[in-house]
Amino acid sequence: MSTDAGTRSTTTTPGRVGYGRVGDSARRPDGTLKVTGEFAYASDLWHDEMVWGVTLRSPHPHARIRRIDITEALTVPGVTAVLTADDVPGDNAFGLEHADQPVLASEFVRYEGEPVALVAADHPETARRAAKRVRVDYEVLPAVTDARRAMDPGAPAVHRPGNLVRHLRLRRGGEAPTAPVVVSLDFEVGMQDQAFLGPESGLAVPAEDGGIDLYVATQWLHVDQRQICLALGMPPEKVRLTLAGVGGAFGGREDLSVHVHACLLALRTGKPVKMSYGREESFFGHVHRHPATMTYEFGAQRDGSLLYAKARLLFDGGAYASSTAAVVGNGGTLGLGPYRIPSVAVDAYGVFTNNPPCGAMRGFGCVQAAFAHEALMDELADAVGVDRVAIRQLNGMREGDLNITGQVIDSAAPVGELLQIVSELPLPPERGAHPDLRSLPGAVNNTTHGEGVVRGIGYAVTYKNVGFSEGFDDYSTARVRLEMTGGEAVATVHTAGAEVGQGLITVEQQICRTELGVERVVVHPKDTTVGSAGSTSASRQTYVTGGAVKAACEAVRAAVLDRAAGVLRRSAAELRLDGEKIAGPSGELLAGLADVLGDDAVEETVEWRHRPTHAIDPETGQGEAHVQFAFSAHRAVVDVDVELGLVKVVALDTAQDVGTAINPDAVVGQIHGGSAQGMGLALMEEIIVTDGHVRNPSFTDYLIPTILDMPPMQVTVVEYADPHAPYGVRGVGEPPTISSGPAVAAAVRAAVGKPLRRVPIRPEHITGT
Amino acid sequence: MRITTTVNGTEREVDDVWAGESLLYVLRERLGLPGAKNACEQGECGSCTVYLDGEPVCACLVAAGQANGRQVTTVEGLAEGERLHPVQEAFLETGAVQCGFCTPGLVVAAHDLLQRVSRPSDLEIREALAGNLCRCTGYEKILDAVRLAADRQAQG
Amino acid sequence: MDFLQPASWQEALELRAARPDAVPLAGGTDVMVELNFDRRRPGALLDLGRVPELRTWRTEDGCVRLGAGVPYARVIDELGKQLPGLAMAARTVGSPQIRIRGTVGGNLGSSSPAGDAHPPLLAAGAVVQAASAARGIREIPVAEFFTGVKRNALAPDELIGAVRVPVATGPQQFSKIGTRNAMVIAVSAFACALHPDRRAVGTGIGSVAPTPRRAADAEAFLAGELESAGLWESRGELPETLARAFAVRVAAAASPIDDVRGTAAYRLHSLSVMARRAVTWAWNDLREAA
Repeated sequence: MSTDAGTRSTTTTPGRVGYGRVGDSARRPDGTLKVTGEFAYASDLWHDEMVWGVTLRSPHPHARIRRIDITEALTVPGVTAVLTADDVPGDNAFGLEHADQPVLASEFVRYEGEPVALVAADHPETARRAAKRVRVDYEVLPAVTDARRAMDPGAPAVHRPGNLVRHLRLRRGGEAPTAPVVVSLDFEVGMQDQAFLGPESGLAVPAEDGGIDLYVATQWLHVDQRQICLALGMPPEKVRLTLAGVGGAFGGREDLSVHVHACLLALRTGKPVKMSYGREESFFGHVHRHPATMTYEFGAQRDGSLLYAKARLLFDGGAYASSTAAVVGNGGTLGLGPYRIPSVAVDAYGVFTNNPPCGAMRGFGCVQAAFAHEALMDELADAVGVDRVAIRQLNGMREGDLNITGQVIDSAAPVGELLQIVSELPLPPERGAHPDLRSLPGAVNNTTHGEGVVRGIGYAVTYKNVGFSEGFDDYSTARVRLEMTGGEAVATVHTAGAEVGQGLITVEQQICRTELGVERVVVHPKDTTVGSAGSTSASRQTYVTGGAVKAACEAVRAAVLDRAAGVLRRSAAELRLDGEKIAGPSGELLAGLADVLGDDAVEETVEWRHRPTHAIDPETGQGEAHVQFAFSAHRAVVDVDVELGLVKVVALDTAQDVGTAINPDAVVGQIHGGSAQGMGLALMEEIIVTDGHVRNPSFTDYLIPTILDMPPMQVTVVEYADPHAPYGVRGVGEPPTISSGPAVAAAVRAAVGKPLRRVPIRPEHITGT
Repeated sequence: MRITTTVNGTEREVDDVWAGESLLYVLRERLGLPGAKNACEQGECGSCTVYLDGEPVCACLVAAGQANGRQVTTVEGLAEGERLHPVQEAFLETGAVQCGFCTPGLVVAAHDLLQRVSRPSDLEIREALAGNLCRCTGYEKILDAVRLAADRQAQG
Repeated sequence: MDFLQPASWQEALELRAARPDAVPLAGGTDVMVELNFDRRRPGALLDLGRVPELRTWRTEDGCVRLGAGVPYARVIDELGKQLPGLAMAARTVGSPQIRIRGTVGGNLGSSSPAGDAHPPLLAAGAVVQAASAARGIREIPVAEFFTGVKRNALAPDELIGAVRVPVATGPQQFSKIGTRNAMVIAVSAFACALHPDRRAVGTGIGSVAPTPRRAADAEAFLAGELESAGLWESRGELPETLARAFAVRVAAAASPIDDVRGTAAYRLHSLSVMARRAVTWAWNDLREAA
């Protein structure tokens, strides 16, 4: 029997464990509830008199609705409402960037799975039965399901005036010079699903004031609220949202799912309505990662120094806009990777098709591009005879460089160092003579005992913008209250920042403890009674909501010290607040917080913004589009059964600059999980769409990595504080998803010796059968 | 139909159960025990893992009627009052919980593994937990948690 | 929908006959998925979980009589020596939770072309014991059991009581392709059994045809070649050319399709690779045992 010796994971982090302040690996405040099963996820909500809502969806990728007949459905005993587009009181349209998606389809359906009607009943089974009795008369229309054909003259128009969502044109450094070495490739990335484990769910409760209270799993309460208000024709004060427990998100909860539907049914029935998707419906109920087809060309000196790069990226946006324009923005402005390139020409397109709508997923436009630029970088290395790590170090960005939009990288850009770290980490041991089946490709499926197995190593380095870009007003709001309760100083922090599992609530507590010196910090439920926190996406919440909480704490501290100054008749500037103490310049205790506050609470609400970003020039793509960049590198080691095309990832090691780790354990957790998702895309994860139909909407056929697929990881966290960010933080969540997949793909190519220009890499791509 | 099941040591009775209902639905929607999670409905994710007569099963694939007269233990039944089970404690301590949706199922599966194998190797842990999908953690800290719980268990 | 829960085998057979609209429910790992996904709404579920006779196995006449309700987990734990091929296949079924509930009888009842138990049962030459209240027990060789995609030779009033599997007299192997290293439905699968006592070879192939089936020509070919080369006798090394020729014949028995799990071409290719490797392992095991 072989052992796992030498394959244990390691983590190199500062490893601080203290009192739950910034820099400590504080524990999650919701952890106990989560391990005991008591934590209330959206799908766990329950209300007296509650009824169940279900959605009837289109079976066609493109059709005209001639008629909908709900008569028969209404006769099913237990049914309390059946709704169609005619029942939408406000605008029958929603969307993150453009309100182009009907709440319920009226004239057309534009993708398979588009919601057409809603049913509420006393049991989900009753509602499902009734939904089948809604008669919809469709006239099936020609569909455009190949993104490469979407802009052809004569292609069916998904929307007027045409199928182009966005074309980003980027030119820099003049015409491409003649280069002694030219490499190029085409690359294709399949449609990935967020596959969060907690399917979409929400509970809408009609209120006495005629409004609605919605408890829902989401990523951005206020952008939901805005869209729901328009659809319901109600003012924001009547539409109140509270975050219910979120079972993962990864971008898949940026767009609306059950939100308006549950509210419509609740307002119609006068009863609380719960809607919970099953796994199959979930695949139709949220946007996916854009499939992309890409063409890249690098020109370089004979030593491998890049002279120019050309890229054309085409993202299939599916039937509705969602965040396609922003994904194109990222793919276009960041899609050449963290390299110095004198001359650049990029064209990035997002198009409408009758495929499932695509939008946000962790890595947002950078993931797709990274597969192409990293594969091409390997080509270049081979073409000039330079080591694959060295070629990246040769061309890697450094602090002070201009990126391809002409923006200065004005904090750390340790491309070369991250590569150096991962290349020097210990390699996994060679396979022994009698390896355990579970350590081989195929595992206990017993397809090899070592025959045909070849080891490969691959590298990738990538970068990602943090926060919202291109001039978006990206802010967060925090309300912090400090008071004495039961003789103890207690801070309450209230933001609308969605906790989706990443640990924002832990970070909020840590910041309050650090700034106010209190031990006890209560995290107020996330809801719309405080201002917007912006989205839990773009790796931005620790930066932006963290920044807002810090600023609110500073405001509270200033207010307390002002009061103390009055009480003590001293200047506020010479006072310090440390938990329950007001101290003087040399730390001497001058008063207790209780003496200053009495029964009062000090509460401050702050809206906080990071440095502004700017729109890019429409002709050249130049401009200061982004606020921060985050870099990561991966080294993957794989064993490939080259005869069967099966892969076992043996090691997936990484180094990432996180600025300052507010919570080192949580940072590493993000890196582990993000890396797994990138690996999944490289090897197994794809929603297969044929002629507009999803063929694998289940966890039986949409495969995500199991614990037997994930290798041990060595993680090195590098901390170069960003001087422009609160505490020096740098976004953490997305980079690992971007660099891990290309490293795995490169390792497989190294083992197999074939180009493999498509991910996920399927066994038949490796075997050529 | 009527179902009588002993859940976490207490006999529970439910009426009007539809024959096609799963044990998972009964636990979550009729007995107020939402700890077992509904994430795939086809036995592919393990989020609904509970003990049925002492064996870990996917509650989504057990017909409610099949649990009639049986003993069910859910994640809610593992802690002793306020005192967490060492497996639960280990998940917290190692940071194995992020969104937590997979956690109840993993806690039950890990609990079962450590009852059967006191010091599992990493490969044994991986094979035993291969039926429990997690999308947040990449499983690294889950392995840490099981190792820690095993160490603690070995020390008594 | 009714929920029928017989407490004895006799009662089960009577209910089966009385309720042709009932779907038998064993471990639930197939039927419950269809219910949860709203694919199926039978008139009744016939739960066989309370029939004690189904949950036992015993050895008789050189066969294991495996009750239809014995779960995979017990096959792995208790029958690894007697039925090594089936135990290897059982270890690849779903997840640990599925293996605790899922049964060989249920697998046969579903008759999926991808059922993991089928190839080793075919290779071993197992016999399905079907039973009805009216006619008693009927034995169906497993090679004749599968009649189409998810269809089998059971009459409407019959249930599977047991499967009789000859105790292994030689090495057995099972291999299956999946695009993940755990919890996969077979893209293709291969089982082989060497029967040195009667100098025969058994095979079973899965997910490569409308039904699981034997590769009978390949079996006869290999047994004959081993015979004529005197290898049964000498236990000499299996020539690679012979293993390859066998694999070609195994692939020739398949008639796969393209689907979301894999292409027909890859199914054929992978089947032949598995056949070559697995038969070599089995032969090497035989040599080592000698």
